[in-house]
Parts: sequence; structure tokens; C-alpha cells
Amino acid sequence: MKLMKTFFAAAALTAATFAALPAHAQDPGPAAYAEALKGKRILLVPMAMGFDLAQGWAAIMKREVGAFGGVFETRDPNWSVEAGAQAITEAISSDPKPDVLIVMSPDLNSYSKLMKRAQEAGIYVLLIDNPANFKADAYIGSDWTQLGRLEAEAVVAGCGADSSKQIGLVQGDQVNATSLFQYAGIMDVLAKHPDFEVVAKPDSNWDATTSRNVTTTMLQQHPDICGIIDFWDGDATGAAAAIRDAGKQDQVFLVTTGGGEKTADCDKIEDGTYGAVVMTELKQETYNMVTIIKYLLQSGQAPGTSSPYLYTLLKATTKDNLRPDSCWDLKALQADAG
Amino acid sequence: MNGSRAFLRNLNQERIVFIVAVLIFGAAVIGLPGFLTAANLISIVRSIAVLGILALGMSVVIIGRGIDLSMVAVMAMSVAWYLQLLGDGMPDHMALALVLGGVLVIGFINGFLVAYAEVPAIFVTLASGAFVFGYVRSQLIPSDAVAVPSGHWVELLGGVRYLGIPIEVFLFLALAGAMFVFLRFTKWGRYVYYAGDNPVAARNMGIPVRPMLVLRYVLAAVTAFLAGLLTAASLHSINTRVVNSTLLYDIVLVAVIGGIGLSGGKGGVRNVLVGAALIGIMLNAMTIIDISLLYQNLIKSTILLFAIIVDGLLNPRDEQTAQQGDI
Repeated sequence: MKLMKTFFAAAALTAATFAALPAHAQDPGPAAYAEALKGKRILLVPMAMGFDLAQGWAAIMKREVGAFGGVFETRDPNWSVEAGAQAITEAISSDPKPDVLIVMSPDLNSYSKLMKRAQEAGIYVLLIDNPANFKADAYIGSDWTQLGRLEAEAVVAGCGADSSKQIGLVQGDQVNATSLFQYAGIMDVLAKHPDFEVVAKPDSNWDATTSRNVTTTMLQQHPDICGIIDFWDGDATGAAAAIRDAGKQDQVFLVTTGGGEKTADCDKIEDGTYGAVVMTELKQETYNMVTIIKYLLQSGQAPGTSSPYLYTLLKATTKDNLRPDSCWDLKALQADAG
Repeated sequence: MNGSRAFLRNLNQERIVFIVAVLIFGAAVIGLPGFLTAANLISIVRSIAVLGILALGMSVVIIGRGIDLSMVAVMAMSVAWYLQLLGDGMPDHMALALVLGGVLVIGFINGFLVAYAEVPAIFVTLASGAFVFGYVRSQLIPSDAVAVPSGHWVELLGGVRYLGIPIEVFLFLALAGAMFVFLRFTKWGRYVYYAGDNPVAARNMGIPVRPMLVLRYVLAAVTAFLAGLLTAASLHSINTRVVNSTLLYDIVLVAVIGGIGLSGGKGGVRNVLVGAALIGIMLNAMTIIDISLLYQNLIKSTILLFAIIVDGLLNPRDEQTAQQGDI
């Protein structure tokens, strides 16, 4: 009798064990992943959709968000601060609300209150590329001070020890964090090279024609300039035109920064228009966004809990370290995203 | 005594601005080493060549008692579209014909709506400028900046020098000359003044006021296209962001500051040249001194405000011919 009992108990136990272990081993991951991410709305509000970085971000995000079953949308303020504010305001009051708002801020303060409101409404807010006075759920982009340092080091190296050691800056404006921090970084490095001197530092207001005009004047006033740093490749074509017009391509080492798009950066390093470009790794930057979005949506933490900085690796690319894969190709990326 | 009174009586805005320009020029020559060099003087003229060309187109419209706020949009978007078509592999003559056709159509629509639908010019052109930008940017070109295909004539045009002076300077002067002859010596040019001064009287005396109005907006659009080509020639690309810049206001600034009254019927090419000279000298001097952009804008806008006030005092509105919608 006792033997029978033991036998049945053993049989029941075995059955129970087998029942608990299904025929195929199942990973709890995909279900949890899908539950947290499926149908989530991601909204990108850059300063404009019409330039390489924004289009690069959007192309990769579209593919990645689509892959986890989310909804990816963009708004195009077309460089208007008001239109951007409008887009964020609408996003906060819309139904369904976006779950993650990715904002490229035009300056340090304009959107700070709006982004705070978005967080209070339960939306994760990511700041990209341009820093702002706001505790975002993550800042993803360049450390602009470090970027300035790299530019300064590139121009010091490009000028060389036997040069006039006169440097000109073509700044962006006096409100955008990227311009202010770049300047700080450049001055940081130049303080260590006291023999180098900044002879002029006009603003381009990010406009190529203005950049050309101020650079022309700069080169005439200071004909010995050995290097120029223009704060964005979007207007550095103007500084390049001024140098070309003055016939000083061999004398002036032009450094700028950009998103590493092929036609905007690498082609121009190759043909000698730019001496060096400090580039952001766009793909890595976008995947950092994707990763933090996936993390936040599964974390269960309230928006505004933590605010990490995820700086993208920066590198000064010159003719000497230019490789076929140094840049990304916007056309190819867009074709890829469909 | 008599002489000084006569001088004051003749002190119109153009002369005031001319004197101010000469004073700033003199101060810059004395105070700024490197200002009075051939190279710097050329770069001053060059920096305002494109602005001056746009201002020439604008002033013909303004003299005829109108305004064209779509010029910067037409300038940037037409050239961006042209370069995009070339980049997509369309033969040059076809692309050029297509874009030039588009430019003419925009000018024609502007003029038609102002002349025949009698919508105030400021609203028509504000809307058509926004339409041109929006349509071209969203439908025809994929990004803000469009590059000139390498080796194309637009790129070569930017490198053309004659006696060391860039080609756009000569084009600006040639256009100014042509415009001068048109406004001063042709019948149709004189009609622009009559229509601008008193449209109803001009019409009563048999001047084809409405077709002339259409013509002026078409002229402005074509001028804008030319200015855009020169911009692309110099930069080897065109960036449509310029539509959001202060360029449009700078064009009005050059025209108004030189003494072309916004109420129409007054001024000419000389006013544009004087206005452009003042702006060019001022911007150049401010850049040499290294004044930041914020202050440059402040100084520029203060001068514009001053010019508008002086314009209002010297060229009061004619109550007999003024009407709703005039600017």
C-alpha cells in the first residue's frame, strides 16, 4: 500500500514537472518587450527636418521604431522657434499623447518650461544634439565643449609650429548652446597654446553668405591667418568660398563640425575644401536614442526620474585618417528605411 | 546764408544718407587700418552685389506703389529646384526652361492678383512667397541645401574675375545701368512713376496701368532668380534657410534707406546705389571692428527706423490718392 502511494506520488510529481516544462522552452523576454513597446508613440521635433542630421536620425528611428511595433512621427518647425513650441504644445495636449518626445532645442531656454510640462504629463523627454537648461530623461549628442577642444587641436596641428599662429573663428550666434560651448572649448585649448592668437571672431548667424562675407573681410584684415574654425558645416561652405576667392586654399586650414554626411563632409575633406571636420557618429547617436527609449519604456520609472548624459564619440577627421566608411550616405540610408 | 538755407531745403533723404555714408566711410578710412585697400573696397561692393540686385527688382515694384515680399523665396527656391533638377540628371536647357517658366508664372500670378483681383500687394506676395517655399521645399527638393553639380556653368560663373573683380559686381552695375535707362528714358519706365504716384489719374490718361503692374512683378521675380544664381555661383550651393533670414528686410532696408518712398512714385536707381553703399560700408566696418551680430542687427534696425521716420516726414502720404491696403 505504502509502495503504491509512493508510486502515485512519484507519478503525479513527474506529471506536474512535465506540465510545468512545456514542449518548447519559452523565453519571457519577447512578450514583456512587446507589451512595453508595442504601439508606443515616439515623436521627433528637431529644429528642422531639412538638414542631414535630422534626416539621418529620422531614417534610422523609423526603421527601429517600426521594428518594435511603435509609431514614429516627426514635426518640421523649419528653423522656427515658435513652430517648434507649437509642435511640443500640441503633442502634450494631443490624444493619444506621445510616450517619448525627442527634442532638439534651438537654444538653452526657449523650450525648458514646455518640456517640463511634457514630463509632468507623463511623457519621457529626450534632448538631442543641442543642450538646454532642463533635466531631460537623457541628453544624447555631442559634448560641445569637447567638440570645440578637438576643433582647436585640429587647427593648431593644421597651422603647424612654423605658421603665423593667427586663427579666425566664424561663430554661429550668441544664444545657441552649441555655439557658446564650442567657443569655450576652443578657448580652453588655446589657453594651453598661448602663442596662438584669435584675431577675429565674427558671427555667421548660421548663414553661408554671411559666413563668406565675414571671412572675406577677416582674410583681408589679417592676411596671415593660418587657420579658421567655422562652427557648422551648414555655413562653412561660405567660409570655404571666401578662402577659395582669396586663393588661399593652401595657406588657410579650415576646420568645421558636422553630422558626417558624405556630400557635406567627407567629399569636402577629400577635395581639400575642409582641412578637418569634427564629426558626430550619427548611427551611434541614433542607436543611443533607440536604446534609451527601449530602456525607459520598460523601466516603469516616472518621467524626470534620472537625467543621464550620453555623449557620442567625437573625432576630428582629416585627409590622413579619412576612410571609405568615415561618413554615412543620406541617400542610401533613406532608401534603406523605405 | 542764402546758400545754407538752399542746402537745407534740398536736404532730402537720399542726400542725408549719402552724407552719412561718406562720413562713416571717412571715419573707417581714418580709424580702421586695412579699410581703404582695393581688395576691401571690392569686397564691400561684392558683399552687397546680390542684395543690390534684389533691391533693384524690389524698387521697381515699390516705385509703382507695391511691394514684393516673395522675392527671397523665389530667389532661393527657384535656384534650389534648378540645381535639384540638374542633380537628378535633367538636361541643362530643359531644367533652365522649366525653372524660368516657373519663375515667370509666380511673377505673373503676383501681378495678376494685385492688378486684377485688387488684393493688397503685401498680402499677395507674403502668401505667394510662403507657397513657393512650402511647395518647392516639400515637393521638389529633399533637403535645405542643394549643391551645384561640379563643373557646371554656375560653379564656373562664381570663379569668373575681370581685372580681379568678381563677375557679380559687373552684373550688378550692368543691371543698375539697364534699370536706370528703363526708368529714366523709356516710355514704360516713366509710366511706372505715373502709376505709382497716382494710379487713377494714370489710368484716366490712358496708361495701361494693370498690364504694367503685372510686368513689374514678373521683373522682380526674374531679378530674384538671377540673384539666386549668383549666390549659388559663389557658394557652390544654395541653402533654402536664407528664406528665414533677415535678407528680405535688408532688401527693403536698402530701397527705403536710399530714399525710395514706400508710398510710390519716387526714387530711382541712384537711391538704391546710395542705400546699398551705406549698408555695405556699415556691415564691412562693423565686421572689421568685430561687433557681434546682435549689435549689428540693433544698429541696422535703428537706422531703418530712422530712415522710415525721415521718409514719413519728407514724403507724406498723399491723402488724395492713398487707399486702404497701401503700405
